[in-house]
Amino acid sequence: MTASGSYMPALRFLTLSLIFGVLLVCRSFASVQDQTSLVPASDSVFEHPGKSEGHASGKFNAGEMIMEHVVDNHEWHVAEIGSMHLTIPLPVILLYDGKLFTFCSSRFHNEAHSYMGFKLEQEGPHKGKIVRAGQDEHPVAGSPAVYDFSITKIVLAILMSSLLLVLVFVSVARAYTRNRDKAPSGLQSLLEPLIIFIRDDIAKSSIGEKKYEKFMPFLLTVFFFVFFNNLFGLIPFFPGGANVTGNIAVTLVLAVFTFIITTINGNKHYWVDIINTPGVPWWLKFPVPLMPVVEIIGIITKPFVLMIRLFANITAGHIIVLGFISLIFIFGEMNAAIGYGVSVFSVAFMIFMNLLELLVAFIQAYVFTLLSALYFGLATIEPEHH
Amino acid sequence: MELITPGLGLIFWMTLAFLFLVFVLGKFAWKPILQMLKERETSIHEALNAANQAREEMKQLKFSNEQLLQEAKNERDALLNEARKVRDRLLEEARIKAGEEASRIVEAAKASINNEKMAAMTELKNQIAESSLTLAKFILKRELTDPRKQEEYVQELIKEIKFN
Repeated sequence: MTASGSYMPALRFLTLSLIFGVLLVCRSFASVQDQTSLVPASDSVFEHPGKSEGHASGKFNAGEMIMEHVVDNHEWHVAEIGSMHLTIPLPVILLYDGKLFTFCSSRFHNEAHSYMGFKLEQEGPHKGKIVRAGQDEHPVAGSPAVYDFSITKIVLAILMSSLLLVLVFVSVARAYTRNRDKAPSGLQSLLEPLIIFIRDDIAKSSIGEKKYEKFMPFLLTVFFFVFFNNLFGLIPFFPGGANVTGNIAVTLVLAVFTFIITTINGNKHYWVDIINTPGVPWWLKFPVPLMPVVEIIGIITKPFVLMIRLFANITAGHIIVLGFISLIFIFGEMNAAIGYGVSVFSVAFMIFMNLLELLVAFIQAYVFTLLSALYFGLATIEPEHH
Repeated sequence: MELITPGLGLIFWMTLAFLFLVFVLGKFAWKPILQMLKERETSIHEALNAANQAREEMKQLKFSNEQLLQEAKNERDALLNEARKVRDRLLEEARIKAGEEASRIVEAAKASINNEKMAAMTELKNQIAESSLTLAKFILKRELTDPRKQEEYVQELIKEIKFN
């Protein structure tokens, strides 16, 4: 009790200090605000001619606006109050030629969009990427690449949601040890059905009673990570709004974890079935090993499909909602009255889509976890003894 | 296309964050939570089992109680029966004994009366014999004063002895 009680304040302190730490990596947060965050919109138009906040560059470009909201960014645009852009600048960490460069992303707010010889691309195929200044389009052969390890919008969102997950579940675990023989209460009773659902209906039914326990930490973490981030993605303002689970790098990492765990835990039966698939005519395996090749491709496609499914579902949901918003502005540009008229339908459809997305947020988290569990089950299944 | 190009930095941070999550949550959240859930389930399971067992035992106990009661009743009845029988037998025996005793006493009394009677008769006979002798002596004393008559009498006695 006392031992577990002592680390909670420490954990809270850690959370706050991490969030503030990330923000304060920008050495001059206050001055940055002076320079960029609260610059009038007209100035920012002058400063970033390529950067179009949709309407900023005159004509509203729906595709660009949607893409900007869906992809990662080196700063977190929070709000636009009147002519003021409220933006959280994020730390840029670059590895170039064996040297580490760290500075604040607000340093790019100048005419050339460059700082210390690095340039934040404003358009073209590398838009939003940081490249060596002067060789943006066609990198000089043999020149070292710029490795970007910046704390971007999505990285910050991942860190915040991770800490929230830790806070929530460690406190739930404490509730379990505290109310040892009591009925669950509060957050505990909200999350317990989900935990039991994952344990009984996903892990136990796919992997089996004997081996499921080993995979529980991964399955529970994946489920709640995806579920929480799906939900945060639906919140349209600051702490949420980052398209974490709709980013291919995030889903790639999750799928690679599933792939690694499946491969490591694959037993003899699993590999034998891949090399020598049972129930298939022999001429499909010899002399041309057609089936083994198909099976080996299958090992890769399974996590690949996991990656694509989550990414596509979440991104598509965001794009549709943003599309409905864009409709208002597109029609508003033709005629203000039509814009207002369309907004009624747009908002109605957005609400509908958001409700659908709430469902999708759960379903995709469930599907990812279930399929991971099924793959683990396939890898660990014991051959049937006849 | 940026949308489908995974960023290196993002992969790096995501891997780091996810590993951190799996280990921290695994150690401080999932392990205690799953353990507690399991403990709770087993305790509920055990409690249900125990309740069932208790019910079964109660049934058994009730049954055995009833059986015990029945047995006790039976025993009591048997005891009562036995006692009744014993009483009857004792009464019968007592009656028989009493009868026997009574007849024995009567017999003894009869015998004693007889004895007494015999003794009294003997006494009377002796008395009569003695009186007769005394009487005879007196008569004889008177009659034998005459010598002839004495002779006569002796002769008569001798005759009598001869006959014997």
